[in-house]
Amino acid sequence: MFDVKKVREDFPILGRSVRGVPLVYLDSGATSQKPFQVLDAERHYYENSNAAVHRGAHALAEEATDAYESARETLANFVGAETSEIVFTKNATEGINLVAYAFSNATDKARHGLEVDPRFVVGPGDSIVVSEMEHHANLIPWQELCAKTGATLRWFGVSDEGRLILEPGVIDSSTKFVSVVHQSNLLGTINPVKEIMDMAHAVGALGMVDVCQSVPHMPVDVRELGADFATWSGHKMLGPTGIGILWGRNDLLNAMPPFLTGGSMIEMVNMDHSTYAPAPQRFEAGVPMVAQAVGLARACDYLTDLGMHNVFEHERELTAYTLAELAKVDGVRVIGPTDNSERGSAVSFVVEGIHPHDVGHMMDAQGVAVRVGHHCCWPTCKRFDVPATTRITTYIYNDKADIDQAIAGIKDAQAFFGTSSKVSA
Amino acid sequence: MSEDLYQEIILDHYKNPRGKSVFMTSLGESHQVNPTCGDEVTVHVGSGPDGTIQVSYECQGCSISQASASVMSELINGKTPEEAAPIQAAFIELMQSKGKLEPDEEVLEDGIAFAGVSKYPARIKCALISWMALADAQIRAQLTPAPNNSGTD
Repeated sequence: MFDVKKVREDFPILGRSVRGVPLVYLDSGATSQKPFQVLDAERHYYENSNAAVHRGAHALAEEATDAYESARETLANFVGAETSEIVFTKNATEGINLVAYAFSNATDKARHGLEVDPRFVVGPGDSIVVSEMEHHANLIPWQELCAKTGATLRWFGVSDEGRLILEPGVIDSSTKFVSVVHQSNLLGTINPVKEIMDMAHAVGALGMVDVCQSVPHMPVDVRELGADFATWSGHKMLGPTGIGILWGRNDLLNAMPPFLTGGSMIEMVNMDHSTYAPAPQRFEAGVPMVAQAVGLARACDYLTDLGMHNVFEHERELTAYTLAELAKVDGVRVIGPTDNSERGSAVSFVVEGIHPHDVGHMMDAQGVAVRVGHHCCWPTCKRFDVPATTRITTYIYNDKADIDQAIAGIKDAQAFFGTSSKVSA
Repeated sequence: MSEDLYQEIILDHYKNPRGKSVFMTSLGESHQVNPTCGDEVTVHVGSGPDGTIQVSYECQGCSISQASASVMSELINGKTPEEAAPIQAAFIELMQSKGKLEPDEEVLEDGIAFAGVSKYPARIKCALISWMALADAQIRAQLTPAPNNSGTD
């Protein structure tokens, strides 16, 4: 296990105060803070090697290209992938859209008689399957795809305990694609994605896993997910904003039509038609985010040095503590699994009689940064009949004292709004 | 800490909301949602004697949004559109002031308690949502101030 105090020294922002009190950052599920090693790596790149990659024959261009492609290799190693299977995107949202648009574009081309891989053609009578605990980023692109193609959107429901209900028949012979979240950003639930991907493959469908909340927090090997695609964002795993990853099986990436088109993604260009580079370049049009890739690779190294098993164990212990402490506060209801098995460190809750905005504000007054709102999971909130929740998410730099401070903030809110006495034990 | 945001007046309106579900004939309705937090408000506007505005509302949201709706109904109910307009403008101006405006109690009455809210960018929408719904409902009910004809024609 690692020393949290030592880890904290690497994060300059954790030394600051907010509202006149020391910052307690419990919103890493939204975005993580960045260690100086990551910031230094970006700065070092800009100060020494900055150039446009994959073009130019000068020394800097070579160094920049090498830095960018080495970063790709680091990312691949981090999740057990082949380097050529790692596509750099803006974020996970773009990763999901890239795949959804592969379907949309292939379907369009097929309508015009062009030759496309039939696995990416969808239409009336076909179904796309998601779940009721998806982030909007893994819901709306599929709603749009269905609206454009006439396919039907289906989903697995969620139980009162916050677990997926894997009803038979949701995935059937009509299913062309299944996309589900590995760990819910709202509920914290870790889903049996291998089982779901196997169900998809059994009917000949392809599948994707949204690993935004799992890759930063636990060891993830993309091969073990059993999926065809996986996507996540760099900024939730100590890396910079503006960079994400789409992992896809090589044969599929190379069978997909491009998403964004332009420079860098071509093989040969004529005035009336062009051919495209193989993946991953095919999906990286324009000058890419090189400094961010360098920073993200450094973040991977930082996490690898800590050990992802240690990261998971550290957070597991904190989550157990968070759940236990929340259970002691009258009037607090956790939305999501209350047992600590198959669950990550995102803990959502509601405080009886106090709107999450007000809870969050009272916690903020104590320096505690938490997320309030629907967490881009509005349908999930509706499922639990709450307009919003307050959410604690932890990471490598948090300890039990941070949770104590959060609990104190909740109790403050109850005292301030006069609800603590109204609540029966 | 939070006293500048949660004034006594705000807490009072939150705990004892005024003017909710007034019985009246609705001429215009507006449903507004704050997509960042899921808060919802519905405002109904009707016409009272002498063309005054009647307001009724339902609100699901935080203390700031609920208190603001309550203050809004208290300030606007029974006013003519012409009387209401400067109050509405003053409240919106106060919310956009980033805490740098001294509100006029003559105009805004309990509404002055929201001056502190304008210092918290994330909460300004909470305070404004019912006022936005009111303005929209007024348009639907055709209860907006008569156009000023002293212009350039």
